[in-house]
Amino acid sequence: MARILVVDDSASMRQMVAFTLKGAGHEIVEAPDGVVALASAKSGSFDLVITDVNMPNMDGITLTRELRALPNYRFTPILTLTTESSAEKKMAGKQAGATGWLVKPFNPDQLLATAKKVLG
Amino acid sequence: MSIDMSQFHEAFFEESFEGLEIMESELLTLDVGEGDVEIINTIFRAAHSIKGGAGTFGFMNVSEFTHVMETLLDEMRDGSRDVTQFAVDSLLESVDVLRTMLESARDNTEVDEEMVAARYAVLNDILKETTNSEAPVEDSTVDAQSGVVDVASVGGEGWTISFQPHTDLLMAGNDPVRMFRALAELGELNAEVDFSSLLPFSELAPEDLYLSWTVTLVGDIAQADIEEVFEWVEDDCDLTITPLSSEAEKESLEGADPVLEVAEPIQTAPVKSAVKEATVEPPAKATETIKKAVAKPKKPAESASIRVGIDKVDEIINLVGELVITQSMLDQAGEDLEANAEASAAGSDETQKTNADILLRLSKGLAQLERNTRELQDGVMRIRMLPISFVFSRMPRLVHDLSSKLSKKIELIVSGEETELDKTVMENIGDPLVHLVRNALDHGIETPEVRLAAGKEETGTLNLNAYHQGGNVIIEIKDDGAGINKAKVRAKAIEKGIISNEDNLTDDEINNLIFAPGFSTAEVVSDVSGRGVGMDVVKTSINKLGGRVVVKSEEGKGSVFTIRLPLTLAILDGQLVTVGGESYVIPLIAIIESLQIDRTQINAVAGKAEVYKLRDEYIPIIRARAVFGLDDSVTDLHDSLMVVVEVDGAPVGIIVDDLQGQQQVVIKSLETNYRKVETMSGATILGDGTVALIWDVNGMMSVHKKKLNNGVIKA
Repeated sequence: MARILVVDDSASMRQMVAFTLKGAGHEIVEAPDGVVALASAKSGSFDLVITDVNMPNMDGITLTRELRALPNYRFTPILTLTTESSAEKKMAGKQAGATGWLVKPFNPDQLLATAKKVLG
Repeated sequence: MSIDMSQFHEAFFEESFEGLEIMESELLTLDVGEGDVEIINTIFRAAHSIKGGAGTFGFMNVSEFTHVMETLLDEMRDGSRDVTQFAVDSLLESVDVLRTMLESARDNTEVDEEMVAARYAVLNDILKETTNSEAPVEDSTVDAQSGVVDVASVGGEGWTISFQPHTDLLMAGNDPVRMFRALAELGELNAEVDFSSLLPFSELAPEDLYLSWTVTLVGDIAQADIEEVFEWVEDDCDLTITPLSSEAEKESLEGADPVLEVAEPIQTAPVKSAVKEATVEPPAKATETIKKAVAKPKKPAESASIRVGIDKVDEIINLVGELVITQSMLDQAGEDLEANAEASAAGSDETQKTNADILLRLSKGLAQLERNTRELQDGVMRIRMLPISFVFSRMPRLVHDLSSKLSKKIELIVSGEETELDKTVMENIGDPLVHLVRNALDHGIETPEVRLAAGKEETGTLNLNAYHQGGNVIIEIKDDGAGINKAKVRAKAIEKGIISNEDNLTDDEINNLIFAPGFSTAEVVSDVSGRGVGMDVVKTSINKLGGRVVVKSEEGKGSVFTIRLPLTLAILDGQLVTVGGESYVIPLIAIIESLQIDRTQINAVAGKAEVYKLRDEYIPIIRARAVFGLDDSVTDLHDSLMVVVEVDGAPVGIIVDDLQGQQQVVIKSLETNYRKVETMSGATILGDGTVALIWDVNGMMSVHKKKLNNGVIKA
């Protein structure tokens, strides 16, 4: 199915997201921060990037901006995981070029539904 | 799709406890006043991760509590709140509360609600204080989850959607096709495309979107469901959603208000049934998940797992790869040998390769195998290695709390935190280390007044350092306090009957008396370092780890406690010796030197056993044969081999029959496989398959003393 890059500094969240998406038949690459994610993105291709916002080294907003600057990722769906339901925080992601967001806490079903929304 | 979330709990708890440690150590470095944004950010991030994870994995109380802490941190971060000492202390205490909440969640025990409520009150008070923002305790994440559903309306027969994307809608990775697909799942979809804004081909920008659509969606569909489809693009398009029902249609024709702007929340009169459904359902769901979280039996997950850096795993995989290559190389050599053997049996001389050639390859392969094995062993051992910062990170908080309790000024300097140590050793060294630090703060470093009177700086310094030396890890705890009062220690030791009045001890020997059982010189027994039951316990637990602890001290200048630990408990660097035809292993960590005895240096002290003059020092001689009850007819020890080992900080010579090589041995427990033997700490299997016992030199010494006292060994 799709190749998905999952970026989160929290190992448990990453495991949960990865496990859920793998269960739906997707291939998952995990990264603990924006820097690693960007390197993975450059060395491979992905159909979807799901990234946390608050992370050390490089946050999700910067990662989104950096990815959008890469020719291969101009139109790739990028979803941010955010705990803030406030419009302001969601918009920060959108302005950086994110496709959409998923508000934490979410359950596996919500995750799958959201992923389905952006996978072609 | 149902996924058992409890499988992620262990990882969640592990990283949450790590997060708490980060919060704690960063809070301790945070300066009052402006506050370093980087530090606050790090603390915020840790709290944020715990909140997010707790919400996801169903620990709502943890999530809500962290949310309040996070609010406070957020205000500090954006500068709208000063960093006060009270706030920092309060956050530190909140970290403790959070830790007990997480522990309760992990062990499935009751949380002390009163404690939590008290903490909430303090945090909320702080939040109320300077800024006007309300403490949003009730603004829990549960609300956020159900928030979307409140905005509900149902179209009854269906909806007309006018969707006019801005030209840059595609830029963020959104795609109208996918949105229509999502809409089609809601009801019967009919989309009409409007090409009118399409530019002439020559002016067309290929990445821009010039199309717009009018969509009719037929079915009993909630408006919120449609809005959700367009949720991410609400700012990138002009969108109107109009009910299909004839009445609404009529009104909309008249230009009245039932045209719904998605960007703004509810304007239509919601259909009653839908409201009922929408508002009743979410709380039910929420309570259900909470119930589930409570009811689910969680096993207390004592961290049976370790987190290993990917580089360490990669290294092992790499080594296994090399091992496979070596194996096939040896395999090939074996086959060639076989072929030669068959050829010579058949009387043919047409062997392809000479045996000498094959043997050369065989020995090369074996050498390579040896290297591979050793490297693989190192690599696997490294998996168990953790940086000592795991233990050191507890100390800043300890020093912070204790120095205020004792009204002392103390600066803690930590170095060598990256030094790696076996996980088991790490787990067992924490308490002794804490005890030594407490001891240094309580008995070592003086109060500011005393220090100033002694001409020292007001602030005392405690150095905590770790480094590798040979195959050992050395941990030093050094203070610039009062040092050990030798006269007092000596008097006390005599009083307690630990030494006799006539005993002539060196300074170091006197200092190390503080490790003797039941020894305490503190004038006032404080609740900080206890009643002097500690130091011997410290020593015993370090000895159990195969390590040693010694103290050096100078009166008025301070003390240094040095702990020497083996890198790992599973493997030991040993010296092979022979006694009575059997091979034994002496841990290299215990050995000072090995030498050949010179008759003239031996002294048989009257009434006591033999001693040997090693340079300027007389050291006791232990005859291993005598200790083991073997035939010990050798009277003249001249030219015998003696291994000088350290027992309780003092050198002791052990006479052995022969010295063999040094080698690494894998330690097998004697207790689990046989029973405890006083003189032995374990056993191992040597290269030739025989079992060799590993000496416990302390045990050897005590057996030697016993036999001496019983007259078994003649003086």
